[in-house]
Amino acid sequence: MAAHSAVLSVSKIINPFWGGRLGNTVKVFGTTLTSHRNKTQRAPPPAKYGGRHTVTLIPGDGIGPELLNHVREVFRFSCVPVDFEVVHVNSALETEEDINNAITAIRRNGVALKGNIETKHTMPPSVKSRNNLLRTSLDLYANVMHCQSLPGVQTRHQNIDIMIIRENTEGEYSSLEHENVPGVVESLKIITRNNSLRIAEYAFRLAREKGRRRVTAVHKANIMKLGDGLFLQCCREVASGYPDITFDSMIVDNTTMQLVSKPQQFDVMVMPNLYGNVVSNVCAGLVGGPGLVPGANYGRDYAVFETATRNTGKSIADKNIANPTAMLLAGCMMLDHLKLHDHASSIRNAIFTTMNENRLHTADIGGQGTTSEVVQSVMRIIQSKGQLTAEF
Amino acid sequence: ISGVFWSFLNGRCVIFLAYLNIVCLCSASQMQTVTLIPGDGIGPEISVAVMKIFEAAKAPIQWEERNVTAIKGPGGKWMIPPDAKESMDKNKIGLKGPLKTPIAAGHPSMNLLLRKTFDLYANVRPCVSIEGYKTPYTDVNLVTIRENTEGEYSGIEHVIVDGVVQSIKLITEQASQRIAEYAFEYARNNQRASVTAVHKANIMRMSDGLFLRKCREAAEKHRDVKFTEMYLDTVCLNMVQDPTQFDVLVMPNLYGDILSDLCAGLIGGLGVTPSGNIGANGVAIFESVHGTAPDIAGKDMANPTALLLSAVMMLRHMGLHGHAKKIEAACFDTIRDEKVRTQDLGGNSKCSEFTDAICQRVRDMD
Repeated sequence: MAAHSAVLSVSKIINPFWGGRLGNTVKVFGTTLTSHRNKTQRAPPPAKYGGRHTVTLIPGDGIGPELLNHVREVFRFSCVPVDFEVVHVNSALETEEDINNAITAIRRNGVALKGNIETKHTMPPSVKSRNNLLRTSLDLYANVMHCQSLPGVQTRHQNIDIMIIRENTEGEYSSLEHENVPGVVESLKIITRNNSLRIAEYAFRLAREKGRRRVTAVHKANIMKLGDGLFLQCCREVASGYPDITFDSMIVDNTTMQLVSKPQQFDVMVMPNLYGNVVSNVCAGLVGGPGLVPGANYGRDYAVFETATRNTGKSIADKNIANPTAMLLAGCMMLDHLKLHDHASSIRNAIFTTMNENRLHTADIGGQGTTSEVVQSVMRIIQSKGQLTAEF
Repeated sequence: ISGVFWSFLNGRCVIFLAYLNIVCLCSASQMQTVTLIPGDGIGPEISVAVMKIFEAAKAPIQWEERNVTAIKGPGGKWMIPPDAKESMDKNKIGLKGPLKTPIAAGHPSMNLLLRKTFDLYANVRPCVSIEGYKTPYTDVNLVTIRENTEGEYSGIEHVIVDGVVQSIKLITEQASQRIAEYAFEYARNNQRASVTAVHKANIMRMSDGLFLRKCREAAEKHRDVKFTEMYLDTVCLNMVQDPTQFDVLVMPNLYGDILSDLCAGLIGGLGVTPSGNIGANGVAIFESVHGTAPDIAGKDMANPTALLLSAVMMLRHMGLHGHAKKIEAACFDTIRDEKVRTQDLGGNSKCSEFTDAICQRVRDMD
């Protein structure tokens, strides 16, 4: 940490003379220095040339390509210094060449924005879910989702503000299945101490950074005593190192019951993979639906941004009725990750103004607007704030 | 002459006795015996309440009370008392209150024991919005059918190396077929329009894939009921936004546990949710799924609604639809009336007052 800041301050002095060239090498060198010392700190992505970042873009299936086009449009309009490297993944193929290309591109650029890749479950079991493959190969161990009630959206519950941190690589999604005897299938759920400690550490650190008071671990340790018991034990161990944050635990079925009756009681929640799937979808439904919430997958070296509930949305693809909010907000999260905070806030504010003040809603939240109308409105608001923009 | 007179009298007596016998047999075949397991905590009070209401409704049910505690049988295996088992096997229908789950008692939970003893493979939970009890969700009317014997709750776990634990989720063809068949039978018998299979076959290709295949096969045999498949996350997402789109849901053990409790939360919690367990050989045990509430036990504060609605479910299962309708209507009317409500529903009446109000309504209906 100290070496990193020392290196950076040196680069600040040298920079004006060397026009940034030395600065870049210093940044890269500084990153490698610290990556050994501070494994849990998110290192800024190395792909930056001429002041512009390169980000991998995976369109995916369904509404993915359409929404990501809108994101690119908004970014181009707001003159965001990001170039997209588009990598297509064909979900109909059985070979893994496509997804491996995508993974290589993400390794190269460090950051990605993606739509959901469809998994046809009529394919043989050897063809694994492409999204899952991406997450495990890049070791994106933390899936973070922030569910917040938006004042402009009508929902049954108000004042929800929950952060969900879900273990993203192991648990029930290990894809290890076998049929020992015909008619009897076993599926393995793996819980490891290392990964549980890692995700718990991430959760508590994030809670502290954001000034949150309480972390709740969601589990089913009364039934899966060894597996979820280990997860819970790891969470408790990490909690002891953060005395300023309250830690409690709740069984997953009770959690879902509490979420539909009193969701305001939850603050930060941490859980293994499958319960994370259930709880994040329930929370997304509570705040207004899958079109509103962005999600982020963080690893030690890479970050991939997408919509929180990972829907392909095949039935509404290419009809101009999908809600672009989730994907646009995911783009803003990505900009924050790239430290382009000004651009991120301006786009975010424009989206919230469209949603809350202009009440321009798409069909999924009860309105009649089209996707393009919402996007146009966002761009108009950005322009009206007086920032540098391209032509419409 | 006396001999003729005597034989004449005898003849009359015989005919009269025969007549009496027939009358007795008729009413005896109408009365059905049900095993009642009151349970612990508030169990006994709510069981008494249910018995009182059934008496007021003149339901042809005879109660046989039994207690279940875990005892060690020959061979060291834990089992339920033999008289309870005998009673259940004879009567086939049971009503159970909440059972205490002891911590560190050395034996598995009582519910697990009962499940294993009678092979209770299906857990059925109808979730219907209660008119008088306001929740943010109105018009909920769905049924969750959960496979109760295998899946993620098989209990098979190992420590592979220090720090790596593996839990095995077991899906078998036989169990999946059984639950799928039951779901469609239930839909047919209860006039439900569609059955939705909930799964995660995109991730757990082989296990949930097998479950899904069996559901599809059962759907082929029951073409009058509509069949759809939906991912678990999509169901969760849609359930909290619009629960009216769901009808009957069938799923493996873990998803069923989570979803059935989610649906119970939609209508007001475990204190008002009925539940039934269907087993092999025609055994069916209906139960209230809430806890024993030791803090209010014995204080006449308990809410008997959950056990009462489970008993109504039991009457429907036995074919006594008239009585079921009567008791259910009385219960809902009393709750809607808002005058006599127990504490958990927002009122301050006692359990006995609530029970008496329902009994009065039932009597008025006749």
